[in-house]
Amino acid sequence: MPSAISSPTIAAQPLADALNPQPSTARGEPLLKVRNLSKHFPIMSKGLISRQVGIVRAVEQASFDLYPGETLGLVGESGSGKTTCARTILRALKPTSGTAHFRLNEPVGSSKTNVVDLANVPENELKVLRPHMQMIFQDPYSSLNPRMTVADIIAEPLLIHGMGNAGERRDKVVAILRKVGLKPEHMNRYPHAFSGGQRQRIGIARALIMRPSLVVADEAVSALDVSVQAQVINLLMDLQQEFRLTYIFVAHNLSVVRHICNRVAVMYAGKIVELAETEELFRNPRHPYTQGLMSAEPNIDPDIPMNFGLTGEVADTGNLPSGCSFHPRCPKRFEPCDKLTPQLQTVPGTQVQASCHLLCPPAGN
Amino acid sequence: MPKQAPGEVVLSIENLRTHFITDDGNIPAVDGVSLSLRRGKVLAIVGESGCGKSVTSYSILRLIRPPGKIVGGRIVYQPTDGSGAIDIAALNENSDELYQVRGGYISMIFQEPMTALSPVHTVGNQICEAILLHQNVSKQVARERAIDMLKKVGIPGAERRIDQYPHEMSGGMRQRVVIAMALVCNPDVLIADEPTTALDVTIQAQILKLIKELQSARGTSVVFITHDLGVVAQIAHDVAVMYLGRVVENASVRQVLKDPLHPYTIALLRSIPSHGKRGERLPAIRGSVPTLTNIPPGCPFHPRCEYALNGVCNVGGAPELRTFTGNRKAACLRIEEIHPGVKEIPVESSNELSGTVHPYLTSASS
Repeated sequence: MPSAISSPTIAAQPLADALNPQPSTARGEPLLKVRNLSKHFPIMSKGLISRQVGIVRAVEQASFDLYPGETLGLVGESGSGKTTCARTILRALKPTSGTAHFRLNEPVGSSKTNVVDLANVPENELKVLRPHMQMIFQDPYSSLNPRMTVADIIAEPLLIHGMGNAGERRDKVVAILRKVGLKPEHMNRYPHAFSGGQRQRIGIARALIMRPSLVVADEAVSALDVSVQAQVINLLMDLQQEFRLTYIFVAHNLSVVRHICNRVAVMYAGKIVELAETEELFRNPRHPYTQGLMSAEPNIDPDIPMNFGLTGEVADTGNLPSGCSFHPRCPKRFEPCDKLTPQLQTVPGTQVQASCHLLCPPAGN
Repeated sequence: MPKQAPGEVVLSIENLRTHFITDDGNIPAVDGVSLSLRRGKVLAIVGESGCGKSVTSYSILRLIRPPGKIVGGRIVYQPTDGSGAIDIAALNENSDELYQVRGGYISMIFQEPMTALSPVHTVGNQICEAILLHQNVSKQVARERAIDMLKKVGIPGAERRIDQYPHEMSGGMRQRVVIAMALVCNPDVLIADEPTTALDVTIQAQILKLIKELQSARGTSVVFITHDLGVVAQIAHDVAVMYLGRVVENASVRQVLKDPLHPYTIALLRSIPSHGKRGERLPAIRGSVPTLTNIPPGCPFHPRCEYALNGVCNVGGAPELRTFTGNRKAACLRIEEIHPGVKEIPVESSNELSGTVHPYLTSASS
């Protein structure tokens, strides 16, 4: 198993499926198969003639499977690449390399099969795919146009994709408003008339009106007050049941992630460092970064003191440390950590994937 | 004046009312808040957005700008040096006393370090400014003290960092600078307004550790404003829970988090996702926080309260904060019915936390 990382550079071949063993709860074929997905941004010099002086490796070699009906959490601190990873999958950003095979119910557009590689679909063929993948944004205040009524906001995707006449669109809006817990009489009001929680319901309605199969929730409950956050979490879980939605849940709040996710991928400085089933990950975090992240979360019980162990700050993805990006902060670093870049692989004897030399010893050691 | 005993009240807010007078009417952001900060302790004020926790903290330093105004109540500060109580709420806007209180006796850590720091001055100059304003020292001494303080808040290479601008630093480093600025004059009372909300958890842990260490080493009394009950659990001694401009519960951190009295506190704690109930529906609080222009009659929480009784909770004014067994305070008419065994303590004997009556100086003369 560890032979795949004999070289510090990244293996070019697609990762074997053995790297992504099907979790026990998984059902059938993956809805989304992400392999070696990378997104780099150039750093340009200032001045009249700008040239590239560096590169930000915002997402580096992300690989995971997503099964229908499950919720995969993407967690990490700011700059870890969790949002960029989700946006790259949805092709809000064009990936630098890698693949993201997305399974549809039937072929769409010019495609002959029902599996499309989202990472390599030409720009002009994306529109027919968009109804199948939608996004719920973090900030319910800036993600809704203040000059549009709720009905117009929610119906806009239908209008863009030319679905139905005005009457049919209106019926759909009324139906989805009821589903997200708003009243049909709300449809002619403007966003400013709603509270934060209600606005997030409008954002959810807009995402779901196209009946997508994949929904990316990017910090969808982070901006909400605790009492309202619980309502929106309940709503997201109810809708998942009803419409058999598959979520990528991007968040930094670990207790929320633990509550709603089936599996969790922990990201650090653009890379997935650990991917495991939720309970396994929280009960037995293996990667030193996951351990540090979890112990830093303040416990609501005053008798469980918090651990202030992790020192230093998140690595700069424009200037990554050599070897394992986490090694300057890692309390368990040892000889190969600053030289060899660890790869995401299955930890021997478990179903957990991690990229750490301690858990998966490099070949030749 | 006698030497102050620990555990005695250093800051006592009494029936504070801070309103915003706008075209839409009078907005009672803080409406009758009474709180006590014990010397050397951390008092956390928690609540959701719009509950008035930040307005309360800004009121303490008289940082409320028009259309906001302190329309009633007292903010009594008892200096450690025994120089006599000061009612901050009654001080003249431009008085020397107010300048002495602000940044001297009482200082503040702001939420967003990028906006709390000036982008066009080096961090050294900004820290030195505070020292030079409040202490009679030379620029050279001020600079040495600033470097010393930067070292204390854990900034590596303080001698080099002192000449940097805020934009050259990370969010965690900037927040350390803001903390250094707040602590450099060795304040008696520190007000921390959501100091870690904008930070990542690992950085938050470092900053909380720093505040905790500095607080216990210097005996500083801290008012800590936050919406995160996990942070409260880790840093506070006493907790005040606010809802719609009022304190609904006030007790020790263990009492509030492990054995809450008020239905709002109970519901709030229950709605936080906890281990072992993965995938289950969360017991959410129904509805949302009403706007301050439209506060429900009776108990402001009654439309969302599962214990609300028609004819009891929805009539009259807002319930008063009452003191119960264990010196816990809560503002709810039905506490005794919800918690059998919990009894109200008559007011006379409940003065321990609310502070003794001070000889107020309505305007401290110099």
